[in-house]
Amino acid sequence: MARFLVRRLLAMVVVLFAISVLTFLIFEAIPNGDPAVRLGGRSSTPETREAIRKDWGFDKPIYEQYAITMRKIFTGTVVSYSQQINVVDEIKRDLPATLSLAIGAGVIWLGFGILFGVISAVNAGKLTDTSLTVLSLIGVSTPVFLLGALVLWAFAYKLTIFPAGGYVPLTQDPWGWLTHMTLPWFVLSVLFIGFYSRVLRSNILDTINEDYVRTARAKGLSERRILIHHVLRNSLIPVVSLWGLDFAAVIGGGAILTETVFNLQGVGQYAATSIQQLDVPPVLVITMFGAFFVVVLSAAVDIVYALLDPRIRLSA
Amino acid sequence: MAVDPTAPSPGTSAALEPGVALGQTAVAGEGGVGPYKLALRRLRRNRTALAFGAMFLVIVVMCLCAPLYSKYVAHTTPSANHITDTVKVGGKTEDVVSPGGIPIGPTWQGRFFLGADSNGRDVAVRLLYGGRNSLEIGFIATLISCLLATIIALAAGYYRGVIDGVLSRTMDLIWAYPVILLGIALGTALAVGGLDFGLFTVSGASLWIPAIIIGVVYVPYMAKPLRGQVLSLREKEFVEAARSQGAGNLRIMFREILPNVASSIIVFIPLMIANAILLEAALSFLGAGVQPPNPSWGTMIGDGIRLIPSAMHLTLIPGAMLVLAVLGINVFGDGVRDALDPRAEVRIEH
Repeated sequence: MARFLVRRLLAMVVVLFAISVLTFLIFEAIPNGDPAVRLGGRSSTPETREAIRKDWGFDKPIYEQYAITMRKIFTGTVVSYSQQINVVDEIKRDLPATLSLAIGAGVIWLGFGILFGVISAVNAGKLTDTSLTVLSLIGVSTPVFLLGALVLWAFAYKLTIFPAGGYVPLTQDPWGWLTHMTLPWFVLSVLFIGFYSRVLRSNILDTINEDYVRTARAKGLSERRILIHHVLRNSLIPVVSLWGLDFAAVIGGGAILTETVFNLQGVGQYAATSIQQLDVPPVLVITMFGAFFVVVLSAAVDIVYALLDPRIRLSA
Repeated sequence: MAVDPTAPSPGTSAALEPGVALGQTAVAGEGGVGPYKLALRRLRRNRTALAFGAMFLVIVVMCLCAPLYSKYVAHTTPSANHITDTVKVGGKTEDVVSPGGIPIGPTWQGRFFLGADSNGRDVAVRLLYGGRNSLEIGFIATLISCLLATIIALAAGYYRGVIDGVLSRTMDLIWAYPVILLGIALGTALAVGGLDFGLFTVSGASLWIPAIIIGVVYVPYMAKPLRGQVLSLREKEFVEAARSQGAGNLRIMFREILPNVASSIIVFIPLMIANAILLEAALSFLGAGVQPPNPSWGTMIGDGIRLIPSAMHLTLIPGAMLVLAVLGINVFGDGVRDALDPRAEVRIEH
């Protein structure tokens, strides 16, 4: 186990380094154009561009530029150009909203994904299955920002059951927090529910044909027990590992569209408004932190798996 | 099309070995039809998939006819403003955009058939032109993804070793970014400076920028499974046979291995088009995709959302079109997968 742990963590560090290099390259070394213009945005004046060039060391060799950029990000001294706000501080301020969204939606989409997947598989070929398949296909085909807009229109403007966007901290007003989060949770979940239920459905249908399931049936176990203890236990593994990655992606800024539509003022929305103001430093920092978070969490998922299943740590 | 079981096929030594020839014709008569013909037959029986595929096709044709519609029916262009104009609806003269800034809804006639947006532009015209852009980006991005992924998968899976290591790690790296974030990062970086490949340059406002970005972002999702297939195919006897006959690496890769992974590539294509259209919409919605004044379904929805709830048609119309197009290609793609993927026979599918 110790060997597996060391190897997995080393691999993670290498990937993190590579991500920092790639992100740096995307923003500062892509062919053509002045990185100062790219960082300052289209509307920047020659003076700001000169200041940016000095500040980020664009007149120095590229490895030094990389070192300067990383130092700026990790000491938390990156400042946005449009508002002169410290980017890392702003991200910290926005994190509670993003975490609220991700945790709530994560629970909902895993729960409903499993529920619909099981119902679909148990009734495979019947009307229930067909209608759930159609629903999940519609869910997968609808952009989350469109669904969010429709839901806002229906439940916040027409029916006025829920507030029309915004975020209320849990510590200030728990009920307000709940009503503000309900619509975003479900809207963000729809796509994942559609996707997970289809994955789980085909996993279950594959597992049902395994020999050990036939054995369980031959022993006279109830269908319910077979489903929960024999079939589901194995079919859930890929779904749970998917969940880990998607959850990480949502926290790492993947919920950018949902946050923007519902004006949740989370990390994703911060990135979105920065794009609209052509303010690049926040996008740079959020992209990198987002990818970091995904890598760290997927390493954590791998380690938990290795703890649960000895085959993984022996083969790796 | 149909194989005549009695006619000796040219090239087989039917006269010399009747037994062998008989065996071959028997196979041909039973179902020795090529896998693609079989898949096509299965697809033809799947009415749902065909209907949804047809719906997608209708949308494509409609969008291709955008210039005709704008010239002969709507008499305007996608970016022409008519803020101060008036339009006759049922005998009454109405402002295209009311003094309060609220654009007119659908008039169901030639001019402003689906209403106007807040700049007084014809929504129906923009919908068709926007669809052209969205679909164009979807197709080009898919083409880029397929080409890159196939080449990477073949090279990595066939050569293995260092080449595989470098390519696979690069794929892992791209995979580590949330898709939308990587798209945004590239989109914001490139929208300002454009791209320079040395031989030709692409300006920041070009439609090629989002197409290239989306194409690159989705490469690992296709390259990874393909590489796995190539890895196992390269150990097969037919590859060894080709090599012993003196076939070079490139010939083995493209003439021996590629046809064997072609069905997987075909299954990926509709899925890729659907996802590319969705990602384009998301990027354009955020301002990191298609740059104004170019319309696309994503930019139209993004503009419309600001006017909820007073002008719902601005969000509903491009939204409905987008969902119909993506749903059409998704369901059709499902049908293609079921027809081509041999596992589909085992699986219980409705």
